[in-house]
Amino acid sequence: MPAAGTSWGRYPRVKQRIASVVDRHAGLPAVEGSMLPHGNGRSYGDSCLNDGGTLLHARHLDRFIAFDPATGVVDCEAGVLLAEILDLVVPQGWFIAVTPGTKFVTVGGAIANDVHGKNHHRTGTFGRHVVELELVRSDRGHLLCSSTTEPELFAATVGGLGLTGLITRAKLQLRRIQGPWMVTEQLRFRSFGEFFALSEASERDFEYTVAWVDCAAGGTRLGRGLFSRANHAPAHPAQRPGAPSRRLAVPFTPPVSLINRHSLKAFNTLYYHRQRGEVAHAVTHYEPYFYPLDSVGDWNRIYGPRGFLQYQCVVPPAVAPEAITRLATTIAAAGAGSFLAVLKQFGDVPSPGLMSFPRPGATLAMDFPFDGAAVLALLDRLDDIVGESGGAVYPAKDARMPGVRFRQYFPAWETFSRFIDPRFSSSFWRRVET
Amino acid sequence: MQRILITGAASAIAEATARLYAERGARLHLLARNQARLKDIAADLLVRGASGVTTAVLDMNDTDAHEAAIAQAGQALGGIDVVLVAHGTLPDQASCEASRELNLREFATNGTSTIAFVAALVAPMRAQHSGCIAVISSVAGDRGRQSNYTYGAAKAAVSAYLSGLRQRLGPDGINVLTIKPGFVDTPMTASFRKGALWAKPDAIAAGIVRAADRGKGEVYLPQFWWAIMLMIRHVPEFIFRRLKL
Repeated sequence: MPAAGTSWGRYPRVKQRIASVVDRHAGLPAVEGSMLPHGNGRSYGDSCLNDGGTLLHARHLDRFIAFDPATGVVDCEAGVLLAEILDLVVPQGWFIAVTPGTKFVTVGGAIANDVHGKNHHRTGTFGRHVVELELVRSDRGHLLCSSTTEPELFAATVGGLGLTGLITRAKLQLRRIQGPWMVTEQLRFRSFGEFFALSEASERDFEYTVAWVDCAAGGTRLGRGLFSRANHAPAHPAQRPGAPSRRLAVPFTPPVSLINRHSLKAFNTLYYHRQRGEVAHAVTHYEPYFYPLDSVGDWNRIYGPRGFLQYQCVVPPAVAPEAITRLATTIAAAGAGSFLAVLKQFGDVPSPGLMSFPRPGATLAMDFPFDGAAVLALLDRLDDIVGESGGAVYPAKDARMPGVRFRQYFPAWETFSRFIDPRFSSSFWRRVET
Repeated sequence: MQRILITGAASAIAEATARLYAERGARLHLLARNQARLKDIAADLLVRGASGVTTAVLDMNDTDAHEAAIAQAGQALGGIDVVLVAHGTLPDQASCEASRELNLREFATNGTSTIAFVAALVAPMRAQHSGCIAVISSVAGDRGRQSNYTYGAAKAAVSAYLSGLRQRLGPDGINVLTIKPGFVDTPMTASFRKGALWAKPDAIAAGIVRAADRGKGEVYLPQFWWAIMLMIRHVPEFIFRRLKL
């Protein structure tokens, strides 16, 4: 687990004070300067940091309040991890309606970033399944918000990056499952054209779709990758693999990043060819399916002491094939490339948040070791492509986008800023608001 | 189904331990000073699987009330399998030196109130010929150090009392478990700088439940503290008096 006060990308490093919140009935702690809620520190960049201010460390707000196995509504404090909800509800036949790629995020963090998952084309974002939340503000105290009570504040809080107040509690609607297993298929594709065709063909019959792209490969191999699609398995699938028990960890931070252009190229080629046939079928437990990286503790350390940058963008459907190709070509030409490049098509289910990132189109997410000016320049070039295509970059993963880009990507920012708690701020917000 | 009584139930270690028992389907009776906190914790434990949770408000320094509180717990639970005595504070040594009243009050909270409560448990536990009295003492009780000797002295008294009581109750089939946690990352230690020796309440709780299940007499948590305290106890006094611990 990261020390409270760092972000998952370990870049940038800031100085801030930490105030623990342990009682949801209490008011906000008396601190000087600005405050920012902080859950489990899984945001990658500086949206969960508050340089020179205070972080309200809310991970200790970790109590359940109620769970009704008949309706699948769980009511809990905002510091509860999705992992803890899954441990409770999966054996009772329920699953989180929308899960990101790690279960080590808090409920409060999932709301504040309006996170999405592999089922976005069906189910939309996390915020759509929030029945109600409780917010504590410095100017108005405790408030209940939902799509019908305080609807404007609710819309600002979902995807509001923790700036509208401290979320202390939320009621979530879960989805029914028959058991913990997933029926999965993995298909090889050789180009982005094949990816888009596969994605469209899979949307109707598969709840979960996502693809891994070999972005170290250029030229004729550009756009090759593996497309994964899955559904929750019926009650009694043919195989019933158990939950994985082995948990690895990266025990210390190596002096330099272990991810470089050589290790990357080798890994990507091996990974692409690991699968023998064109299609691989499997029944798997939900944990390795949804959370492959959660089985490696502190995996962010492999990028070395300078940390890494994640870049996730979305581009509109009409220009998606062309824009994704341009992005991949730019990355391959820079010799950068990411060890986990993830490509997915979002659906058109509207996001409930004023500042939600997901919107119709194709989204591409990548990690880059932080090596100073070169990677920053590359990401600026990617921003040019995303900006021209009318897309957006995901604040939860950002540590560097220029303010002018942010305000272009999120035109509701001015409306949103009226709902920001007067005592709240973040390193991210101060960086992009001007 | 296990029946569990917990004092200081709003403390981080107690709550983490209560969750483990709740996940086993235990029935719990919780004692703490703050009614609102008890209500929140009880709701959480029920969601996590507890068969039943009852609560009562009790200030552990009100030793006259111990006997009635234990009788009420016994009734609510229908007998007691495990008692976890987990209340306590972490006093600031300088403040204790400055105030005679605070010094004695902290000693009472961490020492005499625990001894009084454990003494009041003896009769009802002997009557049922079974059970475990698990008490959170501390590594600080193994040797007085200048940074926290009021706390250390109180915990030393508790450890010595439990050691004697363990001998006495053994023949009745009752286990007395002395729990000696090292540094634990809780709201009680929020203002401390945390290093590699610090453990999470969840890990301490798992150690408590395991030791109680196995009928152990004494346990250091995490276990490496056994080796550290072995060394600290054996440092000759003429050296120890010069150390800055």
